[in-house]
Amino acid sequence: MSAQRRHSYAGRTALSGIGATEFSKKSGRSELRLAVEAVAAALDDAGIDAGDVDGLVTFSADTNPEIEIARSLGLGELTFFSRIHYGGGAACATVQQAAMAVASGVAEVVVCYRAFNERSGNRFGAGVQGLPPLPNAESAQFAWYAPYGLLTPASWVAMFAQRYMHLTGTTSEDFGRVAVADRRHASTNPAAWFYGKPITLQDHQASRFIVEPLRLLDCCQETDGGQALVVTSLERARDLRHPPAVIRAAAQGSGADQHMMTSYYRDDLTELPEMSVVARQLWETSGIGPDDVQCAVLYDHFTPFVLYQLEELGFCARGEARDFVRDGAIEIGGRLPLNPHGGQLGEGYLHGMNGIAEAVRQVRGSAVNQIPALEHVVVTAGTGVPTSGLVLGTDR
Amino acid sequence: MSSRAERTSGRNPAASAVGGGQDLQDLLSSFQGRSSGEPSPAADPVNQAMIRHFVEAMGDENPVYLDEEAARACGLPGVIAPPAMLQAWIMRGYRASLELERARAAGESAGSPTDELMALLDEAGFTSVVATNCEQDYLRPLFLGDHLSVRSSIESVSGLKQTALGAGHFLTTRMDFTDARGEAVATMHFRILKFRPRQSPRSAVGAMRPRPAITEDSAFFFEGTREGRLLVQSCGSCGKLRHPPAPACPECRSLDWDAVEVSPRGRVLSFVVVHHPQVPAFDYPLVVALVELHEGLRIVADMAGVEPADVAIGMEVEAGFEMIDQEIALPRFRPVGR
Ligand SMILES: [Zn+2]
Repeated sequence: MSAQRRHSYAGRTALSGIGATEFSKKSGRSELRLAVEAVAAALDDAGIDAGDVDGLVTFSADTNPEIEIARSLGLGELTFFSRIHYGGGAACATVQQAAMAVASGVAEVVVCYRAFNERSGNRFGAGVQGLPPLPNAESAQFAWYAPYGLLTPASWVAMFAQRYMHLTGTTSEDFGRVAVADRRHASTNPAAWFYGKPITLQDHQASRFIVEPLRLLDCCQETDGGQALVVTSLERARDLRHPPAVIRAAAQGSGADQHMMTSYYRDDLTELPEMSVVARQLWETSGIGPDDVQCAVLYDHFTPFVLYQLEELGFCARGEARDFVRDGAIEIGGRLPLNPHGGQLGEGYLHGMNGIAEAVRQVRGSAVNQIPALEHVVVTAGTGVPTSGLVLGTDR
Repeated sequence: MSSRAERTSGRNPAASAVGGGQDLQDLLSSFQGRSSGEPSPAADPVNQAMIRHFVEAMGDENPVYLDEEAARACGLPGVIAPPAMLQAWIMRGYRASLELERARAAGESAGSPTDELMALLDEAGFTSVVATNCEQDYLRPLFLGDHLSVRSSIESVSGLKQTALGAGHFLTTRMDFTDARGEAVATMHFRILKFRPRQSPRSAVGAMRPRPAITEDSAFFFEGTREGRLLVQSCGSCGKLRHPPAPACPECRSLDWDAVEVSPRGRVLSFVVVHHPQVPAFDYPLVVALVELHEGLRIVADMAGVEPADVAIGMEVEAGFEMIDQEIALPRFRPVGR
């Protein structure tokens, strides 16, 4: 266990621009074009010229090379480019990479991006059965699951969820409350795919099983789209168009005996130690705690892991997330409004990047479902995998 | 294993009453001895042109089939037809066969007892067919100009037999060949198996299961499963067991290890029931369990022999090993005692 530490870029860097395409089920455009549109929109939002960009960061899962983005938009020279692995776990870490580059003087304007046709193209939920069985560790990890029919992210998470329900008494309805909150928030967000389409707990309970104990409405959407985020120094951000969203903390985390979605060999399957590693750094670096956060944008590819995260981040005690999510606590006006944009169940599945954009809007005070008097918002990335998180705050 | 429902949508009036079991067996037995009626004549007499094509295709260079003198030299009165060509003389040809099928389907022509029997078995779910053997007895050589007729009859219908292909009935048809004077020249017994194709997913032949990627670190595991043994790594230095495999021991960092056999028994630590998406190799709903072996290691595999609703955390299970293709065997759990 490491000693307490504060990351030196924290409090000195900011998110100063956000941009996205529409979130759809069939974009009709190339993934590269989605990325280019999102990056251009984020730069326009910040009021920064393309020629000022000197760094790009994305996911190793992204198919859009930095050089293709740069070539399309005339970015010119780049001095920093970096990619983060482990699927959606990369989201907040792209911002951390950018902040570290800016704070260390390696780059001045870094754009983080993620774009895909995840619904009309390569669907992650379709399963890994088509992957070639290559003789390397990355491929071989699936050998312990795929040949037995455990092929999809839903199935990998369901194995945790069953154990969590067994040990904590959490029910399918408790998972459903997360979906209901997300969908209620999406219903008043015009950018959300499920705009105008809230659901009830009864709808959730009536939805078919995908992989028991997970139902259809426990699973996030599949989305086509792109999202980009501009990171600069706080100083520079203050001269730009919008109030800065100050990076109070950014962290990555991998836990002991970590696997990719299948960390089934740890003592207890009711915890996400990798998120605990992230949480510890977030609170240490930001100097605040769970009680100082007015909004949480938690990665919600599958509802059960939202409950785990509430516990890992310290919003409630272990095994008590089921009590925490009752009585509207995670809805707007509640103790901890969750995913005011609708999350990935309601707005769209942009591998967590759209959640960061929502956190920026909340800090700016420009969100459609704005949380009043907001000072800090916590954001997390993909769960069940090596992951990352952010604390963003207002500039005061 | 869930048994497949038998189709009883009755195109065949006899079949709609069939519930399977003894009823079906009685009905099948009633076909024994039934014949196609009057002998039907071949389209053409035995002729040199067809013989020439046949021996050419077969690569048979025996001169008695083409050369009059060579035949006489062997004591024959003239050129003879290759005996194995017997059935060729009465084949009606491709187009004619199609036309006959169409006419029967349209009810313009009554089917033979064989057609009726085949339809009955189709309806009962024995939809696949494979020829198993054919025996021919030749009573005399066939000469140019012989004009054959054939009469077929159902000699026997077996009871339900379990075979490698699936459960089914063997049908033996007897064909009696006669010449223009009505005298017997040859007989043929033709046997087929009409079977219900094995349902591959829950059988040992799940050929389409995703294949595991194998590295030098994990190959031992699959060598073990092929021999019906569950092997895990044991640290060569500190003896700690580990699974899934890794090149080094997380306790002492030793790169030395041995593959040791552990008991395939354990308890269900967690499980899922997969409904979607569905992949052809598996039967759904599919139970996949995370099992804690008695040695303390954990392993994931699918479960057989239990209904999804009956699976519970803590359930005692034991793995057996099944081939998923020619090379790979995998463990599969069943409740202990089942
Ligand atoms: Zn060791």
